[in-house]
Amino acid sequence: MNNLLWLIPVLPFAGFLILALAGKHLSRVWVALIGAGSVSLSAIIVPIIGIGFLSHPPATGNYSQTLWTWMQVGDFNPKITLFLDALSLVFVFVITFIGALIHIYSAGFMASDKDYSRFFACMNLFVFSMLLLVLADNLLLLYLGWEGVGLCSYLLIGFWYENPVNGYAARKAFIITRIGDTAMAIGLFVIFYQFGTLAIPDILTKAPVLWHQGASIATITALLLLAGGVGKSAQLPLQTWLPDAMAGPSPVSALIHAATMVTAGVYLISRMHIIFQLSPIAQMIVAVIGAATLFIAGFSALTQYDIKRVLAYSTISQIGYMFLALGVGAWAAAIFHFMIHAFFKALLFLAAGAVIEALHHEHNIFKMGGLKNKLPVIFWTFLIGSASLAALPLISAGFYSKDQILWYAWAAEGGNPLLWFIGLLGAFITAVYTTRMMILVFWGEAKTEIGHRPGKLMTVPLIVLAFFSLFAGFIELPHNFGHFRLFSDLLQQVLPETILKAGMNTELQFQILALLSTLGGIYLAYVFYYKQPQRIEKLKQSRFVMNLYLFWFSGWGFDKLYNTLIVKPIVFMANVNKNDVVDKLYQGVTFITIRLYQSLSFTQSGSLRWYIMGLVIGAIIILSMQIML
Amino acid sequence: MKSSIEIVMLLAGLLFVLGIAGVIIRKNIIFMLLSVEVMLNASGLAFVAAGSRWAQPDGQVMFIFILAMAAAEVSIGLALILQIYHQHKSLDIDKLKEMKG
Amino acid sequence: MILIYVIGILMGGGLLSLLLGQWNKNLPRWIALCTVLVGFIAFVFFWINQYHTINLRLTNTWMIDYRHDWIPSFGISFHLAIDGLSLLLLVLTFFLGILAVLCSWNDVKERVGFYYFNLLWILAGISGVFMAVDLFLFYFFWEVMLIPMYFLIGIWGSENRVYAAYKFFIFTQASGLLMLLAIIGLYFIHGRNTGVYTFNYFELLGTAIPPHIAFWLMLGFMIAFVVKLPIVPFHTWLPDAHSEAPTAGSLILAGLLLKTGAYGILRFVLPLFPEAAHDLAPWAMLFGVIGIIYGAILSYSQTDLKRLIAYTSVSHMGFVILGIFAFNELALQGVVMQLVTHAISTGALFIMAGMLKERLHTRNINHMGGLWTQMPQMGAIGMLFAMASLGLPGLGNFIAEFLILLGAFKANVLLTIMATIGLVFSAIYSLRIVQKVFLGPSERSDYISDFSFREIVVMAALTLSIVWLGLYPQPVINTVKLMVNKLAHIFPPENKNVQQENYQEIPLSTHKYLVKK
Repeated sequence: MNNLLWLIPVLPFAGFLILALAGKHLSRVWVALIGAGSVSLSAIIVPIIGIGFLSHPPATGNYSQTLWTWMQVGDFNPKITLFLDALSLVFVFVITFIGALIHIYSAGFMASDKDYSRFFACMNLFVFSMLLLVLADNLLLLYLGWEGVGLCSYLLIGFWYENPVNGYAARKAFIITRIGDTAMAIGLFVIFYQFGTLAIPDILTKAPVLWHQGASIATITALLLLAGGVGKSAQLPLQTWLPDAMAGPSPVSALIHAATMVTAGVYLISRMHIIFQLSPIAQMIVAVIGAATLFIAGFSALTQYDIKRVLAYSTISQIGYMFLALGVGAWAAAIFHFMIHAFFKALLFLAAGAVIEALHHEHNIFKMGGLKNKLPVIFWTFLIGSASLAALPLISAGFYSKDQILWYAWAAEGGNPLLWFIGLLGAFITAVYTTRMMILVFWGEAKTEIGHRPGKLMTVPLIVLAFFSLFAGFIELPHNFGHFRLFSDLLQQVLPETILKAGMNTELQFQILALLSTLGGIYLAYVFYYKQPQRIEKLKQSRFVMNLYLFWFSGWGFDKLYNTLIVKPIVFMANVNKNDVVDKLYQGVTFITIRLYQSLSFTQSGSLRWYIMGLVIGAIIILSMQIML
Repeated sequence: MKSSIEIVMLLAGLLFVLGIAGVIIRKNIIFMLLSVEVMLNASGLAFVAAGSRWAQPDGQVMFIFILAMAAAEVSIGLALILQIYHQHKSLDIDKLKEMKG
Repeated sequence: MILIYVIGILMGGGLLSLLLGQWNKNLPRWIALCTVLVGFIAFVFFWINQYHTINLRLTNTWMIDYRHDWIPSFGISFHLAIDGLSLLLLVLTFFLGILAVLCSWNDVKERVGFYYFNLLWILAGISGVFMAVDLFLFYFFWEVMLIPMYFLIGIWGSENRVYAAYKFFIFTQASGLLMLLAIIGLYFIHGRNTGVYTFNYFELLGTAIPPHIAFWLMLGFMIAFVVKLPIVPFHTWLPDAHSEAPTAGSLILAGLLLKTGAYGILRFVLPLFPEAAHDLAPWAMLFGVIGIIYGAILSYSQTDLKRLIAYTSVSHMGFVILGIFAFNELALQGVVMQLVTHAISTGALFIMAGMLKERLHTRNINHMGGLWTQMPQMGAIGMLFAMASLGLPGLGNFIAEFLILLGAFKANVLLTIMATIGLVFSAIYSLRIVQKVFLGPSERSDYISDFSFREIVVMAALTLSIVWLGLYPQPVINTVKLMVNKLAHIFPPENKNVQQENYQEIPLSTHKYLVKK
């Protein structure tokens, strides 16, 4: 069965080719069938291969399939090789499964859009690139997928291209991630000269042999790769593009900017985990970046009024949790949170998209309200998604994944109380802003009339995702809670087990604290936004609170900072030098030539007597020189 | 004999300078042409004097050559002057500046 | 013999279209198309024939060697030879030649015969440059490609064409004269050393030149080549020439004329003056990096579409010089790839700029925008080539830039990092093109037609080749492998002292014409 592996990425690619070349001539039904069908077929093949792979695991624990040699120059011979192990299996499963659901949803959501086939072509290309990214056997092929998803993200953020704001958001996303990618490319150069190869399995086996623990070259390499991950995963300091990326259609935000592409950084770090393990400093930096991001983004999410921007900041914040987990060495926990997050965040975005469409493209949560009874399916699925995001104890999947990370943030070898505390604070904030969003959208009185109700194509994926957001958490239960470890056992083949500090075996009090912080957050939002909304008004009168609010609202001023420090000087320089200062040099040469010729031509007066005068004076000078010398 | 050649040479030089001065000072092209003739003859005088001083025929040969050349020059020069007068209705050299710059 | 036939066909075809152009306006087009097609087919067949044996050759990189005495008393001969690099560039020349003929099909309406005469003679000159292994002959062809180009810009260009044509001519001519001086200097030094006065490349290789003289001679060659390439600060003729030239002119300028500069460095500067080139390397790489970033920043601020693309060429050619002076196999392979892929991607952008000019009668990108709505096909292709120009993996330019940077990283880490930052700038300007031209609100209500059939053929050929080079570049790499290896071996990485004896070409003519064609 394994040799069908190539079909998984090729099917969406074929879909892309058909739609790109012949999309104009196909009817909408065929476009939807090809677009959603190709990804769904991949999603069907994945479990087949997955079951085969798990029931008869290869001796090496992985399976690779070489399609052709990309190029061969001297020792440099990257191949087009697909590589499947437990880690990539999890990612492939999430990408194809959620991808297929979102494609089906899009068939309904985009039904009235004039560029139906372009949308599906780009989506298919995205799924293809993302699959290539996680299935790549060498870093160059991974880089192909990496840039490919960037391109698709650009194309889809700017999907409604008539509005220049969307184009700006798209370019911002591409260029900021490109900064990270550039650092990553330099990382690839370093890796190639250190190991003589870019093949990931070879690098991972050679690294511990060639580098000793804590080597500075390991730190440099790890940091360069991290820069790539930070850009793609919208972590500090390159997080500013993701909130703007919400300009794209909601299914795009769900698939690319929540479930899959933005977690590419998580994939990269866990894929190259051996290099990170060799450098405790780099790993510490990963954890600190994660903690700082989840903290900053959480507060920003609290202040947004655009429903998609709330979700965008919450995505940044949740990926921060994954980075925190990676940084403290809780590899499996990070991947587990990735999977659960993909389910509930895709659900939230899709449900938000349905709400926005129902309310005539209204994004402002303060203009929504009272939708609880009007859109029951959306309400219940959104509620489940929110519960999972807020990590509602015991019943939601988000609780199990986030609780694990919080526990490891203290208890794992790389963890410390400060990281744990920030994580706990983040969980509290998450509960606050999730509840705030929930209350403002679904409770209270209706402020906008409902236009268009979602059809079956849109509600079925929501229900499926809601099911997973509730129950997917049960495949991995805490130590003191049945200790059921299906997921981490699976990843054990690839990722090292999380090592706990000595004497850390009482998880219970941490769970209670996490539980309290979540419930506290929910209660706080309940009080402020439902029970006594006048308290908010009171708070707004304080100048300090208002300034803080605006500061958080603008994403802690990062956009402004980058604009004044980097963007404006470069644009200014470029515009000042529009006519090329070097050309002035050559214009100077022509100027001098013209001046010289003008001054010499002055002597050519045309007056014959001046010429004779010159002749005579010249003769006299020569003669007198003859006599004198 | 020695002193006489010097006097003749002085005379030739004087005539030459007079010719040059005429070319430079006069505005009328005909007078300029005449002054050029004076200069030519001054040099011819110098050749003759030098030829008799060293008893060589070359000086007189050169004089005859200059004579022939002067004749040709005058004929061409006068023809040109006639043409110029036809075109510009003037013989003032300062008004005929056309080749400026 | 194929070589001389090809040049003869091009020149003959040019004369024929000049003569018959007086009589019928359509005839020159077909003559030109047939001429370049014949050349293209001939070289592609030759390439396929040779491809199997390319890797079997161990020492001799030369495939054909044709020699005929021209002015024997001065040691000048009509000496043509090609190796993998020349062959590749010749195929490229004829490929772009076909496209140039096709894209000026309806564009040129007056003096059609003379136009195609110039076009074919430029191609003949370029082919000659890629074939000549006699330095005098090389200089001759160098000038042959220059003068018709001057006419092409000066007669069929847009508003400011005369200024652009002068600028182009003076820059290239002045630098070419420096090369002529250097060639003559080399001729006399070799003659004095050995008693044999010759312009033959093979004999001049390995001439013992005193180092300080070698440096100046190399500079003579170098300046001619870097002006053509061009490298900052010699680039200012390029935006003017590119933006004023007709579409086919821009295509040939960007696609082929710039490549002659890089070819010259690879063929002459490095083998003839290895030590001097080695000393120059850090500076050359620095100027390459400056070019990459400077060109990219300037390109960002332009509002004239063709000028913008012209500055991206400056940026891309910076990679070429960076790679050449890294002196290792990876970088040199990257350079060759860059020559080919830049010709295709930038050529495609220029062709599209020409098509837009034809439809909108402007080159100002502020007057464009929202064109995707009316021409989605051109929008998609434009997007593809903008992506190629920013180095998206999967397209040819990525392979080239990645190999160059990978190779250069070995030679100079700091400069390579700066060059890599150039990739960010290339994203900025490429996306700006797409945004300004195709995206945004539509500015026009009048009907603008999408691709015609002829244009689809042109763009499809370019698209297929850029994707092919991005996914399976091996044929190109294999073709130039021997030549590149040989070059890389002149500069052993370990010891700084270059051994000149390492590089000795064996001309085929001494092997009694192994290959007769």
